[in-house]
Parts: sequence; structure tokens; C-alpha cells
Amino acid sequence: MSDYTLLGKDFTPPDVTGKVTGKAKYAEDFKVDGMVYARMYTSPMAHGRVTRIDTSKAETMDGVIGVLTAEDIPEVEAPNAAILTNSPAYIGDPILAVAAETEQIAEDAMAAIEIEIEPLPFVTDPLDSLLEGGANAREEGNVYARSREGSGFREIKWSQEQIDEFRAGKEPTGEFVSEWGYGELEQGFADADLVFEEPFVTIGYAHMSMEPRTAMAYWENGKCYVHGSAQSQSFWIPGLARMLGVEMKDVCLISENTGGGFGSKIGAYPIAALPGYFSRKINRPVQLRVTREQEYYMGSARVGFQGWIKMGFAADGKITASDVFIVEDIGPNATGGDASSAGGAISLVYDPTAMRFRGLPVLTNTTPRGAQRGPGQNQIAAVMAPIMDKAAKQLDIDPVEIRKINSTNNDTIVYADRSPVTSAYMNEALDQGAEMFDWETRKTQPKRNGNKVRGLGIGQGYHSAGATGFDGLIRITPDGRLHVHSGIGNLGTYSYATTSRAAAEVLKVSEDSMQIHRGSTDNHLPWSSYQAGSVTIFAHTRTNYVAAMDALDKMKRIAADTMGGAPEDYDIDGQRVFLIDNPAQGMSYGAIAARAIQLGGEYSGDSYPEDIHEITQRAVQNLAGTGLVGVAKDNLHQEGVIPGLAVAFCEIELDLETGKYDILDYVGIAECGTVMHPKGLAQQMKGGAVWGFGMAKSERHVYDPQNGLPANVGYYQCGIPSYLDVPSVTRTDAVNIADPQNPFGARGIGEPAMGCSVAALQSAISDALDGHIFGRSPITPDMVVNHVMGRDQSYKPLQTNNF
Amino acid sequence: MNPQLSRRRFIKAVIASSVAAASTSGVHNALAQDRSRGAVERLISLNVNGQTRRVDVAPHETLAHTLRYKLGLTGTKIGCNRGECGACTVIIDGITNYSCSTLTHSVRTRAVRTVEGLQAADGTLHPVQQAFIDELSPQCGFCTPGQVMSAVAFLEENASPTREEARQAMAGNLCRCGAYDHYLNGIMRASGQNS
Repeated sequence: MSDYTLLGKDFTPPDVTGKVTGKAKYAEDFKVDGMVYARMYTSPMAHGRVTRIDTSKAETMDGVIGVLTAEDIPEVEAPNAAILTNSPAYIGDPILAVAAETEQIAEDAMAAIEIEIEPLPFVTDPLDSLLEGGANAREEGNVYARSREGSGFREIKWSQEQIDEFRAGKEPTGEFVSEWGYGELEQGFADADLVFEEPFVTIGYAHMSMEPRTAMAYWENGKCYVHGSAQSQSFWIPGLARMLGVEMKDVCLISENTGGGFGSKIGAYPIAALPGYFSRKINRPVQLRVTREQEYYMGSARVGFQGWIKMGFAADGKITASDVFIVEDIGPNATGGDASSAGGAISLVYDPTAMRFRGLPVLTNTTPRGAQRGPGQNQIAAVMAPIMDKAAKQLDIDPVEIRKINSTNNDTIVYADRSPVTSAYMNEALDQGAEMFDWETRKTQPKRNGNKVRGLGIGQGYHSAGATGFDGLIRITPDGRLHVHSGIGNLGTYSYATTSRAAAEVLKVSEDSMQIHRGSTDNHLPWSSYQAGSVTIFAHTRTNYVAAMDALDKMKRIAADTMGGAPEDYDIDGQRVFLIDNPAQGMSYGAIAARAIQLGGEYSGDSYPEDIHEITQRAVQNLAGTGLVGVAKDNLHQEGVIPGLAVAFCEIELDLETGKYDILDYVGIAECGTVMHPKGLAQQMKGGAVWGFGMAKSERHVYDPQNGLPANVGYYQCGIPSYLDVPSVTRTDAVNIADPQNPFGARGIGEPAMGCSVAALQSAISDALDGHIFGRSPITPDMVVNHVMGRDQSYKPLQTNNF
Repeated sequence: MNPQLSRRRFIKAVIASSVAAASTSGVHNALAQDRSRGAVERLISLNVNGQTRRVDVAPHETLAHTLRYKLGLTGTKIGCNRGECGACTVIIDGITNYSCSTLTHSVRTRAVRTVEGLQAADGTLHPVQQAFIDELSPQCGFCTPGQVMSAVAFLEENASPTREEARQAMAGNLCRCGAYDHYLNGIMRASGQNS
């Protein structure tokens, strides 16, 4: 493992004890004096226009404090999500809210509200909306394209013939809105010895974080205090302030623990701002709890795909061309972007000589979509794995080998702009996984045993895994302790703690002498990342590195100023700054901190770099004079794509009579640079595997197309994996080769950890069924039985959000 | 699921409570001691974590509600409020129950243990809690109190389980982070076996 003292070692994160004792507080666990409860009246129609609201009876009821409607809140331009709306675009869209002494009174009051909604046409399957004469999910159109050149609604319709051809697995000929590519596509297919086309569907599904969302807010001295469930503390502030119509300094977010996010809590979502508005109107603290059932109506959820892909392979297995077309289900609020990310993942993971991506984002009246663990990359990982296996089989190449032939490495250039990668070791990961899984032996073993058939699968996962430009903020106080201020949230990855240890590593501070400040933006937190997109480990080892280096520079200058000589004559160890030539002559960190306070200026935070974010500036101002302050923006060199990569191998046993399958063994290998926290990494790889199993096996939306109602609104209906759906033991390891663009060699992994899993399981199912490609996720037992029996499937080709 | 507190029993209790609630609707604010004939007693004593707690409980109130909002024991989490996820798991007379699906009135004569009752008086953690820390079992932690309570009850019944037995026993507790492997590691460690 690493040569570091702290990094690369297991440790006990400071918040874990509270989680096992029940003392850890989540948003709903906070109550304040005078608090009242809000409940929302949500749209019973998939699409409509509110024409009349009469709240007069409700407002006079005992215990009712107030009513909040869309009139109380600034209008939001469609298709963006509003806090409350008079133009609901899905069942569950919040229309108004009632605050009362109890939730029961609020519910009773809502029953007394008279409301009239004019129904409008709606749609739950993008292809039904694309078809000529099909309904538009919004009055403004059925397509919403977001681009740098401008965003806007469109109405795009395909002919019946075009839809039929698409459903039949042929290249779509209908209009689309986005396109990118590189290389000579036609030449690539001309050079290919094997060309085939596959249609595919990946159905969206809910995030299902275990903690149903709660937001509670009150105003104090003109400042809004919000208790919320957030993936990042700092990153929420601009969005919260914007929604509440106040300056960033007038919002405080408290989010000590977050019961899962997975992309659904990256930025402040509209209902997080609802209590703030309500509280300002009625002058009482307001708590809004979202029930589990409401979570399924209101989202968020993964974007669904309906697509077509054409692949060209040379006889040696090299991919000469890849052409992909994706219709993207972006829900009612046009929250997507997954499709283009999927195209990017094809480019990076499989490195085709030429490729083209075309995309068409279509609005539906279903639950709002949002980023979900590997948004786009993981859907396409599921699609691509059986395709690679099919090519391997037809070209008589080992499935591991064909992936190595096309794998990304340090010299690969990716995406339309042909960017370099910071580093990539996919081959090493495949070799390590194959050895750990004993691929060579297993692939020769018999497959069939009565009704049971074994399948072997390989998966590859990718997500960009780093970000730059955020700030680091640390302090050393006169008691000699190191204080690391972290604005990233606490989702359970423990990366807030892992990355904080980077500062201690630089300053050679012991674990016992370090304290992390987080949980509330009033704890003087710097501008930090969104804790999503697998960026945290890369981004915040860098921010804490630059802050620690700033502190180190200041400590040496103070030592030279106090004891003579030049700063470079000094070194640190044992929480002392000492003369290299005479280590006995030195100052403790505590003494240095005390001196920093005396000196003031940049040493104690009275002044600071101009390029740090407004949020960090305010944090430094509040901390000024309390010790030696190290603060800096991450301006370290960074160029190219920062890949997080993972591979997985799995073996399943599939019962041909029931269509059910058990995962017998699973090996996941992370390729995320130097390992920073072995147990945390294992957690991410194993948890990601469980997510992949859910996506491959069971998780999907089901809508009643006649009424637009979500049909599955509970954990079991939605197919969340339990202990019994996953192997008792999942095995993981890491390649552990340093990335050159991180001071400690680290990159992120959270999302690829899932992508490799869903891909491996799809690959194994295909293998068990003699290479059959369902082109669909999830693959449910009834689909397997229908295939084995030679029966038609219950869904029509490319049908989604239903079966 | 405790056979003594089966779904059938729960449903019957709900029906009985509804009748009681309907009969008290006109005297909603009446004190328990001057309740009218046929009304359900509201002020009850509960044995929670070895302590007797007096609390005003509505007839239809679930144990999860009482614990969290009346007794301040917020370690018990409500993840689904419909008996699916197990985040609200507590131990009643030695057997795990979903407190979101247990009427508080039905546990008046029983001993309720929550996650707050596991630590020793000197602060020493229960072996399951310590093992979950050592194995870094929790991720987001929201399901963790429920996982802890299920593991505690299971090990009291089976002190040296196999990993497969533990997996079966824990199947009523969902974890969206997918930390199942690490929870099983924790249970095996708590039982003194290698994970």
C-alpha cells in the first residue's frame, strides 16, 4: 500500500459511532420551538392547468396556520421545476401547501380546499409522444434541448413508419437535436469484418434513498436556517439563496447526515426551499416531511433510454466504428443529459476508431428525473456488455481479450474533442479481475446442469472522477490542533473524512490532533464540490493539499521571521517547525499559531487570496484571528479527462424454468489511482455492485399509461435489492496505480463501481442464454421464461415505463 | 416478524382502535382518567429500554411515532412507514418488530428495546455496535439502527451463526447503499468469528 502515514490506511470516521448508536441526526430529527408542519397538495393529474383554488374553508380551521400557493412564490419558467405550480406536469407535482399545528390537521385542511384542474393530454412513453398525433408532455412542446448555444422547447414528431422502423431495430431516420462524433464513420464500417445493429431500452427508476426527504426552515435576524438532506453543504447555498430570493450570506444549511443521495440531492431541490418561503409568510418554523410514497411520485429518478446502436469490429476485435442513437426520457422537467454522457462512455471505455452520437431528449409526464449514480454511463454499460460478448463470440476471441483490445490506457484520446486522459489502466484492471475470478478455469467448466445453467459475465464501468477549482480551508490553533473545514456533505462514503486527512498528511499531524468542521454552513465551510460525479476524492484531496501547502509556507515563514534564517531552512515533523541543521531549534505548531495571530494579515486570515469563492471568503473572515489560516483555491495543473474505471466478473446460475437467477460469485476491481481509504473503497465497490444488480435484475418504473399513475410506489414493488438478492460475499480489490494529476495519486470510483456490476450481470445472463441479447434493463424472470419458451415478450419492442 | 404481533393481529388492533377512536371523537380532549365508557385509555406506561415511560398515546398511534415524537428516541428511523424497509426495527420481548407497523397500545405490557438502549451505563458499546464500527458497516447510516437491532436480536438467539444464517435473518432490513456485505462482516465479528 501507500507510503503515507494516514492516507491509504483504514480509520474510524468520526461520524460512524453516531450512526450505530442512533445519535446521528438527520434532517427530520431536528425540531425547534414553535415549529409547525407543512403538507403538500400534489397534482392528481399527469398534466393539467389549475383554474381555481379556494382555500377559505381550510384557512379558518382550528390549527391551520397558513396556506402557500404558487402565487406566493416567484414563477419558474417551464420546464424547470417549480416549488409550487399551477401547471402540473406529473402526478405528484406540488400545487400548494398547508401549514398546521399537526400533520393530521394539515391533511384534513387539504380535504377542505376546493381546487379545479383542467386536464391536458399527457404521455408516459417518449415514443408515444414522438409519434405523429401523440401527446406533448408540456404545452410548449415535447422535446427540450439544452445546449451551450441555447436551450428551448421543440415539437418533434416522427411518422408511424419511422417509429415502426425504430421499434424493429432499424436505424432511426426521424429528426434529432444533438449530434457529435469523430473519425470517419462510414470508413470505419467499411473497414469492419463484423457489423451488427442492436436496439436497446433501459427503464428509469427511483433513487430510493433510505431517508425520505425532509426540510425544515426558520428565519432568525433576517437569515434563513434550513435543515435539509443534502449531498453537499456549500454547493447547496447558491441554489437555496436563489430560490429563496436572498443573498448567499443570508442562508444557513444544516445537513449533518444525509440518508443517501445517489445524485438526487446534488443541488438544492425545490421542496427544500418550500419551508423557507412558508416560514417567512407565517413567521413560524416550518417542517415539511416527504413520505416514502411521495418520493416515488415526486422523484427523482434515473433517465430512461430507447436506443439503437451499430457496431463495426475488425477481425482482430478492434472496434472500427460505433454509431449510437438515443431517445432520452427526460421526465417533465427536462432533467437529463444522460444520453450524451453515454456516448462519451462508449468513446472512453471502448475507444472505437470512429463514432457518432445522436440524441433526442423527450419530455414525459412521469416522475422528475435527475442524475443517478453513473447517469448515462451506467445505462450504456448495461447495453454494451452483451454486445462485446456477441462480437467476441462471432470473432472467436476471448471476452476478456476483446475488452483489452479496445480498452482505454494512458495514450487513449476520448470524446468528440479528442481529449487525453490523466491516466488509465483498464488492461491492468481486467488482468487483475480475471486472475482473482480465475476466469481461465471457469470459462472451461460445463454450463448446463439440468434446468440450471451457469453464465459468466464481464463488466466495465466508467465515470469521470474528478473536478477542480474548489477551495481548501484549514486552521492551526494555539493549542496545536489542526482544524479542517469541509463543505462536502456526509453521504456515507466517508470521503469528507478521507480527504480531510490529506491536510493532516501534508502537515504531518496525528489523527488525534485533527478536527473536522462540517455539517452546518455556519461552521465556516469553504466552497466545496457537489459530492457527486465521483469527484470528491480527487477534488478535495487537492483542495486540502493546497490549503495545507499554504499553511506550511506560512509556518516556515513565521519560523524564519521568529528564529532567523530563511523559510527553506526549516522543515516540519512531530507537529513542530524546526531548523533542518539544528532540529532542536524549533517552534511547536501551537506557538506558530499564536505567532500567526499576533502577526495578523494573511497569517491569521485577516487577508486572503482574491480568487477564492465568496463563500470561502466569508468563512475566512469569520475565522480570522483564531489561528494560522491556510486557504487556497485548487489551481493545480489539470488537463484532460479524469477517468474513474472499474471492472467486474460475475457468475450466475439461471433457472430456465423459473427465469430466476442467483449471483454465485462477484469480483470487482477498482481503477481509481492510489487507494486513499481501503475500507471505504471496498464499501463503494460492494455497494455499487448491489446497485448494479438492482438495475440489471429488477428496478424499473411502471406507469399506467391510461391515467399516468405510477404503479409501483414501494420498495419491494420497485425492486430494491435485499440481502437475499446479492451474494453473501462480494470480493473487491484495486489496481492502485497513482494518477499523476492528483498530489496523492487518487481518483474517484463511486459510479464506475455500479456500472461494472450492471454490465457484468447483463453479460452473464446473455452468456447463460447462449448469447441472447435482451437489449433491455432490467431483465426480469418473466422475460427469461418467455425467451426460453420461445414466446413473445409482454412488452412491444422499445416500450418503456411499462411492460 | 413476531408471531405474537402478526399482521393479522395488527389489522385487528387497527380495527379495534378505529372503533375506539370513533367512539371518542366527541371527547377528543378528554383526559384519560375521566374517559367515557368504551373509550380507549390514552395515558399509558411503556417499558422502553428498562425504564417506565408514561406517555399519552392515540389509539391508532404506531410505536415508531411514539418513540420518535413522544419519547424523543429518534434513533429509530422511519424509512417507509409500511413495514418494508426495517429502518424502524426495535426489539419487543426479545423479538424484532417493525415499529412503524406496531400499535403502541399493543406493547403496553411488553419490554421494548431501541438502539438507544444498547450502550452500557459506562458508555461501552454493544458488541454489535462496536463490530459495525470496526467493519465500517454503515454508509449513510439511516438504516443502521434497524440493522443493529436485527443483528442484536439474532445473535441473542443464535450466538454463533453461519454467514448464511445471518444473511437470512437480516433479510428484513433494506440498505440502499448496499452495505449488506459489511453488515454481515460486522455480525460475524460480533459473534467472535472471522467475517
